[in-house]
Amino acid sequence: MKLKRNVPSMLILTGIILFIFLIMQPLEILFFSNNIALLFPKGIIALEERNLLLIIQLIMLLVIIPVYILTFIFSWKYRAHNPHGKYDPDLIDNTLAEYIWWGLPCILTAIIAVLTWVKTYELDPYKPIESDKKTMTVQVVALQWKWLFIYPEEKIASINFLQFPKETPIHFEITADAPMNSFWIPHLGGQIYAMPNMKTELHLIAQEAGDFRGSSANLSGEGFAGMHFIARASSEDEYHQWLESAKQSPKILNFEEYSKLAAPSQNNPKEIYQLKEENLFNQVIMKYMHPQEK
Amino acid sequence: MFGRLNLDAFKHESSQNIAVIGMVLGGIAIIGILFYLKRWKWLWNEWLTTVDPKRIGVMYIIVALLMFFKGFADALMMRLQQALSVGDAHGFISPGHFQEVFSAHGTTMIFFAGMGIVFGLLNLIVPLQIGARDVAYPFLNALGFWLFASGAVLGLVSLAIGKFSTAGWLAYPPLSGIEYSPDEGVDYWIWLVQIAGVGSTISGINFLVTILKMRCPGMTLMKMPIFVWSALCAMVLVIFAFPILTATLYMLALDRYLGMHFFTAGFGGNPMMYINLIWAWGHPEVYILILPAFGIFSEVVPTFSEKRLFGYVSMVWALIIITILSFIVWLHHFFTMGASPNVNAFFGVMTMLIAIPTGVKIFNWLFTKFQGHVHFTSPMLWFFAFVLNFSVGGMTGILLSSPPVDYQVHNSLFLIAHFHGMVIGGFLFGFFSGFTYWFPKITGFFLSENLNRYAFWCWFTGFLLAFMPLYMLGFMGATRRLDHYEASTGWHPLFLTVGLGAAIILCGVCIQIYGLFMSIKDRKNNLDLTGDPWNGRTLEWSIPSPPPIYNFAITPTVDQLDPLWAIKRGLAPKPEKDYEDIHLPKNTPMGLCIGMLSLIFGFAMTWYIIWLAIISFTAIIVCLIIRLSGEDEHDVITAAQVKEMEAARLRSQTT
Repeated sequence: MKLKRNVPSMLILTGIILFIFLIMQPLEILFFSNNIALLFPKGIIALEERNLLLIIQLIMLLVIIPVYILTFIFSWKYRAHNPHGKYDPDLIDNTLAEYIWWGLPCILTAIIAVLTWVKTYELDPYKPIESDKKTMTVQVVALQWKWLFIYPEEKIASINFLQFPKETPIHFEITADAPMNSFWIPHLGGQIYAMPNMKTELHLIAQEAGDFRGSSANLSGEGFAGMHFIARASSEDEYHQWLESAKQSPKILNFEEYSKLAAPSQNNPKEIYQLKEENLFNQVIMKYMHPQEK
Repeated sequence: MFGRLNLDAFKHESSQNIAVIGMVLGGIAIIGILFYLKRWKWLWNEWLTTVDPKRIGVMYIIVALLMFFKGFADALMMRLQQALSVGDAHGFISPGHFQEVFSAHGTTMIFFAGMGIVFGLLNLIVPLQIGARDVAYPFLNALGFWLFASGAVLGLVSLAIGKFSTAGWLAYPPLSGIEYSPDEGVDYWIWLVQIAGVGSTISGINFLVTILKMRCPGMTLMKMPIFVWSALCAMVLVIFAFPILTATLYMLALDRYLGMHFFTAGFGGNPMMYINLIWAWGHPEVYILILPAFGIFSEVVPTFSEKRLFGYVSMVWALIIITILSFIVWLHHFFTMGASPNVNAFFGVMTMLIAIPTGVKIFNWLFTKFQGHVHFTSPMLWFFAFVLNFSVGGMTGILLSSPPVDYQVHNSLFLIAHFHGMVIGGFLFGFFSGFTYWFPKITGFFLSENLNRYAFWCWFTGFLLAFMPLYMLGFMGATRRLDHYEASTGWHPLFLTVGLGAAIILCGVCIQIYGLFMSIKDRKNNLDLTGDPWNGRTLEWSIPSPPPIYNFAITPTVDQLDPLWAIKRGLAPKPEKDYEDIHLPKNTPMGLCIGMLSLIFGFAMTWYIIWLAIISFTAIIVCLIIRLSGEDEHDVITAAQVKEMEAARLRSQTT
């Protein structure tokens, strides 16, 4: 069988394809900048997470770029029938070279590992955010297939809508009365699972006002794709105005109403309730501790 | 009488009906052709009852490719749906059906396409590379294949009768529990994975013992070809990981069938336990796929660089380290479950460590090309694309392994882009490379090089278009498994690009199918008469293509790495022709029988047809007892016959 020799054209073609993808990236970022939540975050947590991402990325490029360059150079230089390429079939070992490429990844990995170790503690979702302002608590219940937000101190609740003042740390307590979901507001920070019979916690803060899209990141059944909500960070005044109007809401959330809400439904619009049930969140969790036989 | 099975199970959405009709017509066509050509006896004697690993390997690859096409069709449907279903439009499939499609896609690709390819290649290549005439347990090998095949068939049955699981390819409870998924979908999933999984365990045992006990004289562990090393490591993973899967699935089945509470949300059950257990299997599983691909490249790159592998010892240790590490990283699949920072940080760092041996492998491959004569045949093109894609996949893997970053990209399309980069850019490209490389050895003729190259370019560009935008979509907050999204998210243009990429990959796949078809049609003009078309280094190239039934007329003796290379360079003597009697195991239909009975058992369990389940299960036990109590029977090929066959081959070569 004849072996193909068109190495240059093949390398050039690959190069062109890769180059197109390379210049596409900044264009993409420029074009979609409003929507790229992770690269243009609106909260400290998300910002820290993005910075870590970029640092690790940069360190990794120290390996990736040489690999790319070597791939092309070796393919070109040592192509068969190249009169200038040296040929040494017995070159199968070189201790120094091996030290370099066991050592170099070891060092880079060690740097990333230390960085990760420190940052994992710093950005632990359970860790409260330090701030002059008092931390606000919001309880989150993932239902089939909508999000219920309970403001235990303010005595209101909402469906698929969340409002809070900017620059105020928010402490989310999260559970589910449904299959497992994942609570994620990419503009503000990382996600955490919402599980029945469990309480998970997440601390986030918004630096800027705005409407941020939140969603469920874990498959939870038929209406899963519709489980997105608006997280609105606003000024302190606007938040209080909203709070006052919410307290006047004609809809009332008690346990009976909650049971209706918990029934499966899809693509629910935003709703605001007055909260008339003490301890609803704990009751939802306890439901699974002492379940009733059906 | 029929349990839960009723006529409603046959009603489907239109897209599914087309698939079902196509499948049924295809089946009828194959049966018709077999009748027309009167090939039933041939099929039965030569294939269905065979215990010859070369035949079993071919059957594995055929089933795996068919399942790959099915999984690929699923992928196309998902990408089409996501390109269409934005804002007010809702695409062409319902959310429920969409969820069936992606669950089926993952299950099919990993359990049937992936595992089938791995075991297929092992069957075809490992005995040849270690100079063995057979595997250690020929019957177990056949049984493993038939269990695998019945799992695949049960998957196809689920397309036609009833629903498939909508709980994703790993069926996390409580979604997969009886409360949230009361219908037959998850049961189908449990039984088809269970049957195929038992098959994998059995095959894993067979190959581990084969590699450890059946090597030809003189081949010590450190003189094994590197592909065999990768197979050995993968089989160690299979043996340790698959029992976890089996046990986990039984517990899930007990929850669903007998109302137990291992993984339920209430009554003291713990779904988190399931997620831990399934990933304790699931993470090694992806290494079971990728390690043989590493092995393939370690064979392909030296051969087409006219060199020996650079840093063999390093490569072996890298494989072993990856094998060990793959068992202590499973938690990185769910950093977001709320474990303490110690736990998350530990698993994050363990995960990063895997990058070290993997990086070493990449450098060793690159330096195998260094001062070589690199031939850019299509297997090398796949390697070229592999290095480019796998590096990016590895880099994003490191990002994902850092818990704080993972919180942001977990379960987003970023994750999807990462693991498809590894599975397609790593495993699948490796398979394509190995498939082209070993195809003449197995069949005796070549694949069309030109068509292979066209397919390669489609795959390469298609892959970049279909998966690079997913990284950006992940950054934009797009989660996986969405059947619909709002226009305001701004994702639509990128989803369209992704769809275009999928379409280009489709072109590549079509060219590959056409190429396979054409090379079979033109095989007379593309024969490999030498048995060593690529100037190979290992034992499989020292015998004719396709290999005779006994593989090696004379058992080879080896005293160094790359034995054939040594002979060619005059560093080792040529083997003497001294024939001996060869014993080969007799064919048996028991593997096929047990496979079919398992299929019936799985179907009966899915639909709660209790009497049928009991009968088929009892029959499986009876079959096993019959098989185990019989004497091992052998066919003997006498030395004289071997001599005659070898002489005949030489004659046909010279004419």
